[in-house]
Amino acid sequence: MHPAFSVVLLTTLIGTAQGLFLALYTVQSYSVVALLPQQDGRFYAVGSAIALLMLIGGLVASFFHLGHPERAWRAAARWRTSWLSREVIVLPALMGAVFVYGLLHWVGWDLTIIGIDTGVPGDLTLLVGAGGTVFAFALFLCTGMIYACIKFLQEWATWLTVVNYTLFGGASGFMLATAYSAYASPELVNFYAGWTAIITAAVLVTRVASLIRNARIKPKSTIQTAIGVRHANVQQKSQGFLGGSFNTREFFHRAPRWVFRSVKWVFLVLVFPIPLLLLWAGVALHGVGLATGAATLVAAFAIQYLGLMAERWFFFAQANHPQNLYYQTVS
Amino acid sequence: MTQLALVIDLNVCVGCHACVTSCKEWNTSGAAGYMSDDRPYGEDPTGTFFNRVQTFECGEYPKTELVHFPKSCLHCEDPPCVPVCPTGASYKRPEDGIVLVDYDKCIGCKYCSWACPYGVREIDEHQKVMKKCTLCVDRIYDESLPEERRKPACVLACPTSARLFGDVHDSESAVSVAIRESGGYALMPEWGTKPANHYLPRRKTHMKIHEDELVRADNPLKKEAKLPKPKITEPSLDDVTSW
Repeated sequence: MHPAFSVVLLTTLIGTAQGLFLALYTVQSYSVVALLPQQDGRFYAVGSAIALLMLIGGLVASFFHLGHPERAWRAAARWRTSWLSREVIVLPALMGAVFVYGLLHWVGWDLTIIGIDTGVPGDLTLLVGAGGTVFAFALFLCTGMIYACIKFLQEWATWLTVVNYTLFGGASGFMLATAYSAYASPELVNFYAGWTAIITAAVLVTRVASLIRNARIKPKSTIQTAIGVRHANVQQKSQGFLGGSFNTREFFHRAPRWVFRSVKWVFLVLVFPIPLLLLWAGVALHGVGLATGAATLVAAFAIQYLGLMAERWFFFAQANHPQNLYYQTVS
Repeated sequence: MTQLALVIDLNVCVGCHACVTSCKEWNTSGAAGYMSDDRPYGEDPTGTFFNRVQTFECGEYPKTELVHFPKSCLHCEDPPCVPVCPTGASYKRPEDGIVLVDYDKCIGCKYCSWACPYGVREIDEHQKVMKKCTLCVDRIYDESLPEERRKPACVLACPTSARLFGDVHDSESAVSVAIRESGGYALMPEWGTKPANHYLPRRKTHMKIHEDELVRADNPLKKEAKLPKPKITEPSLDDVTSW
């Protein structure tokens, strides 16, 4: 498949935003049961604003993928059958939840709805945050299933796709939360860094598993089933036209083989070892009170985000669409 | 239930592309608007087509055979492109089984083209909507045309009658008989899309000549000479036996 930059940007941005929101809500949940110190409303509000900006950025990027963005509202119609439609519904719902969550924290307007007896006054933000958490995970599911549900794109049609989308979003979101807390609430740096390392290690396992799986895929469709001629040696002599078409542009990544192969190693290096090293260095520097610690954590996030874009590019480029069997030879 | 479809006879197709050009001509002039082309006479021409004729070679020289292979939307009975459409612009007509795109609802997200294993959906680069074969839905029901002309443009254009059009759910229709009696098959059956369009395979007519057909079985003395001719007054063999 040809990786569209708008989709690469969309999936990485909203994934990070979802992870960041989950990171914020995790700290609030921990602090309710006094496992972590209380944070003021400003910490959650600014964090939610960053998450919201990234969600909006992702939404804007997605419009560049559409031929008719002005009709995008129609995309909510077929939620019964289409994962894309479900994503179109869940994304604004999450944006609303993040906005309300941040706003409630910003104005400090917290009501007691259920009456959970904790050290924190009120539980309204906890409830809104719980709703946001459901939306965040639902959005991971929708985004992953958009790709995983196309059964003949065998590289995508696996539960690992959904798991990877979830864990990559979680890793980059918690990484961003680590960098953010270095400025906003230094006492949380170790907590966030620990979870970032755990999630990054988890996604290393699942992504490598999917790479191994994809390397061993035996394509179900062959040129023989494509044209229905049972002969061991069938070659295309003409695709029917000399120029390009949508079929030759949309379904081939057209990158040279060495670029395609190196992007895999680029993302494996940029997403896993370098950010983890920088994370460790940042936490250590931050621990001894050096200001470069926070900057190192920001760099760790930025490099991992770049790596995630490379990962997403590779994710698309690796998928081999069976229609390509019909477009092997110009003439 | 009706399921209109094409049956394409690969035994007959000569790869002349008449179906491609007539399809483009009819559909670019239709009510749904033009099918845009870019740089048609320049370098790297590109354009929107509903139908393509491709060529495949089977075997190794000198034992080769060329197969010309026309490819358009197969109007699957279980079309994977329809449920993925987020707007409902892509739909399958219940009354005749044609898979169509509502160009006024399509947002051009291209997701349906990803979900089609056959690569028969093409986005129009200028109208920015997904386009595909309509089985010439704007002419097969047109009562101002004489009845024998109410067929898709590609079917009418085919000089060798390699393309048949009809209802594959009606077991007595010409297309059903052709599928049943001439080994009609579907493309990529492994995905369970149940394409309505079928292809008829290359068929060879072989004549097997047995050894005893080369020698005269009624010649016990193995003499390959003319049999003695009976006189005109004598009864001939035809008069006395019934062999």
